[in-house]
Amino acid sequence: MTKVLIDGVEIDVPGEYTLLQACEAAGAEIPRFCFHERLSIAGNCRMCLIEVKGGPPKPVASCAQNVRDLRPGPNGEPPQMFTKTPMVKKAREGVMEFLLINHPLDCPICDQGGECDLQDQAMAYGVDTSRYWENKRAVEDKYIGALVKTSMNRCIHCTRCIRFTTEVAGVPDLGAIGRGEDMEITTYLESAMTSELQGNVVDLCPVGALTSKPYAFAARPWELGKTESIDVMDAVGSAIRIDTRGREVMRILPRTNEDVNEEWISDKTRHVVDGLRTQRLDTPYVRVNGRLQPVSWNEAFGMIARRIATANPAMIGAIAGDLATVEEMFALKDLMTRLGTANIDARQDGSMIDPRWGRGSYLFNATIAGIEKADALLIIGSNPRKEASVLNARIRKRWRMGQFPIGLIGEQADLTYPYNYLGAGPDSLAELASGKGDFAAVLGKAERPLIIVGEAALTRADGPRVASMAATIARDFGAMKDGWNGFSVLHHAASRVGALDIGFVPGPNGHNAVDMSNGGEVLFLLGADEIDVAPGAFVIYIGTHGDRGAHRADVILPGAAYPEKSGIYVNTEGRVQMSERASFPPGDAREDWAIIRALSETLKQKLPYDSLPQLRAAIGAAHPHLLRIGQVTPADPKDVARLADIGGKPDKAAFESGIEDFYLTNPIARASAVMAECSVIAEGQAALTAAE
Amino acid sequence: MANRRLAAAEIQPKEFSFSAVNLGWAKKQLSKYPDGRQASAVIPLLWKAQEQAGGWVPEAAIRYVADFLSMAYIRVLEIATFYTMFNLAPVGKHHVQLCGTTPCRLRGAGDLIDVCEKRIGHQFDVTSDGALSWVEVECLGACVNAPMAQINYDFYEDLTPESFAKILDDLAAGKKVNPGPQIDRQLSAPVGGPTTLTDPSLYKGSK
Repeated sequence: MTKVLIDGVEIDVPGEYTLLQACEAAGAEIPRFCFHERLSIAGNCRMCLIEVKGGPPKPVASCAQNVRDLRPGPNGEPPQMFTKTPMVKKAREGVMEFLLINHPLDCPICDQGGECDLQDQAMAYGVDTSRYWENKRAVEDKYIGALVKTSMNRCIHCTRCIRFTTEVAGVPDLGAIGRGEDMEITTYLESAMTSELQGNVVDLCPVGALTSKPYAFAARPWELGKTESIDVMDAVGSAIRIDTRGREVMRILPRTNEDVNEEWISDKTRHVVDGLRTQRLDTPYVRVNGRLQPVSWNEAFGMIARRIATANPAMIGAIAGDLATVEEMFALKDLMTRLGTANIDARQDGSMIDPRWGRGSYLFNATIAGIEKADALLIIGSNPRKEASVLNARIRKRWRMGQFPIGLIGEQADLTYPYNYLGAGPDSLAELASGKGDFAAVLGKAERPLIIVGEAALTRADGPRVASMAATIARDFGAMKDGWNGFSVLHHAASRVGALDIGFVPGPNGHNAVDMSNGGEVLFLLGADEIDVAPGAFVIYIGTHGDRGAHRADVILPGAAYPEKSGIYVNTEGRVQMSERASFPPGDAREDWAIIRALSETLKQKLPYDSLPQLRAAIGAAHPHLLRIGQVTPADPKDVARLADIGGKPDKAAFESGIEDFYLTNPIARASAVMAECSVIAEGQAALTAAE
Repeated sequence: MANRRLAAAEIQPKEFSFSAVNLGWAKKQLSKYPDGRQASAVIPLLWKAQEQAGGWVPEAAIRYVADFLSMAYIRVLEIATFYTMFNLAPVGKHHVQLCGTTPCRLRGAGDLIDVCEKRIGHQFDVTSDGALSWVEVECLGACVNAPMAQINYDFYEDLTPESFAKILDDLAAGKKVNPGPQIDRQLSAPVGGPTTLTDPSLYKGSK
């Protein structure tokens, strides 16, 4: 710790702190444009100038100097910094004046207006006149992809976007060409950016140079209602803020949650918004003579009741989709039990994970923040870049810290960091488990090895044996010791861990999702669109979008999408999070748990909860950990050891990719024109890379 | 300084790769750097690419060098557009870099600019026979012999509008020209011969 005087206040700060951090620790506010906590230090905007006593007689860029580099006074007095002196004020005014020389005065037509760092800081630290008579510099706008709109006249060259894409996203797309006054930010020959995290550069841009293309000219920040919620596009459960105007969701922004997403979100999370408006189911439908016809709720319920009355209970089933909340799955499970069937399943992708193995067998036990503590990584049958982009950024962050060997078994892909490719299938896994190969030695030496098992490795017929072998590796290579549990399953469905926690899987003699889809009399699909139901069954689809499930359905009950309901989601690490309602379901659509509750009455199997708090109380009584919002209830590491004991020899087939198209994984994304455009661009880029 | 952009797509060659000699040279350059630091060779390699491509860096060469060094294309583009000695469009067979900084300017570089504009055209224009192009550059460090110009790899010093025009004409006509001072002067020694240390006895025993 180093003692420093900041504006006359003595404070102890670590020597590696920058002057800027030290000033903030002392409560002084330092304006900045280029400096960002999560990016490397550029020191080029010069807005953070302060005065340092004992240093050279000029202002110092506080972001780019460490406290330990300050000189003490002649008699050993602590170094002094000043943030409010006339010299600092004048320096800031000067910098601001330079920045504004070429900055257009188009705040009234700029999408950043109202949430612009430059605007705010010009008000706080600038002067109120211009001394500049010359023409302003004009820069052509660049095409850099479907999501980020550029207005390059406004760019102040802080290079945050370049540093983000290069360091965090790991795809060096953006760069600064030219020099001096002619410096311009662009991609190579104005090609589209290739990152799944590119939307974050819009948040990072301190001015209006990079703004959101789909949100262009849609709303002003001050007219939006802001609701803090949770993302459901993947199983990471990123913290988001949903901005609404009236009933309409206008945009989705990240919130900071150091344990989950830091302050990044994926493009799918951010730009799925337009998918919430199109293809929506806003009234119940029933199929009459092969055509879906709008009906009232009572008619739809009546039709379901008539069909169920004649059905064999053992042939009734329910499949929950990837976006379902814990509440509605709990209610549906309850209803199914009352109807006398054990045919329920939330694993529509055919995953073989069984909650009976124990909670530790299906959680990302190491936790997302824990990735930074790991010192070796083995990825089995997963492409974290597509399955959990934000989590992949965390892996990359750990890799950038150094000393982090990574091995991959499965499909080869660009993960934004280098790895040892160990093989394509279970054979390589077996080889590693037996301790052969260089990477086995590396993994064996690691103090806290992290073993990520992807969904793709578990959706095969030999899933349990693959899981068991992965658990064996975790056990034998010391991934479970001293409070560290490195066995981590990476899910990509937001509902999955919650479903496994409440046991939304077939009971005794129950059929699983694949069996149900191939035969059965009555099948409830709770937002399950990623499974094909064979002809014959009477399908009741509870969901939000006219997607695959609705096309197959005999009765459609319109539900609420995730911004339109409050619900509990459990992310891949087992963190229980609650989403909040930001808007309302369209038309006659209702919240899904309420639909199930109302239907239960028609079916003469009334569920014993009339409100969401009552339903949650019931969940809490059955599964107390699901009410610990924001927390991870760690699983017993012995579960992993038990999983390892299952044993068995997996097949030879190579692991396949878990996600075919990152941008089109769920009904909301498939309804989004923006996601469709991104998908086309990504496909084109993939084809281009393959051609080379 | 004008915006430096890549040349129009129509004149860009589709492909670029080092000749066998240059490839060997490039590999030797690479071996100078420690493992993982090969990107440091980007400027020498770009320079060699510029030489091979006839005095300018085609877009294909940027990609080639980037692939050669496992760098992102944009990183190499940044470098090629940053350094003004990389020409991004074709130049003449004899590319004139005319010094326009203060000492040369005081000694008449302005007149030489007029010569260029009359003989060649605007900066970066290439004459119709492809022989000449010119650009005004900052100090080339030969102020003693001002005004001066660098044509390809040689300095032509102590220029007058007449001698400069003749050099340009001779170069365009393919005649031999002599680099160095264009007046009666030995390198940077005083005009008309040395004025000090003229006593021959000083040099006794030096040969």
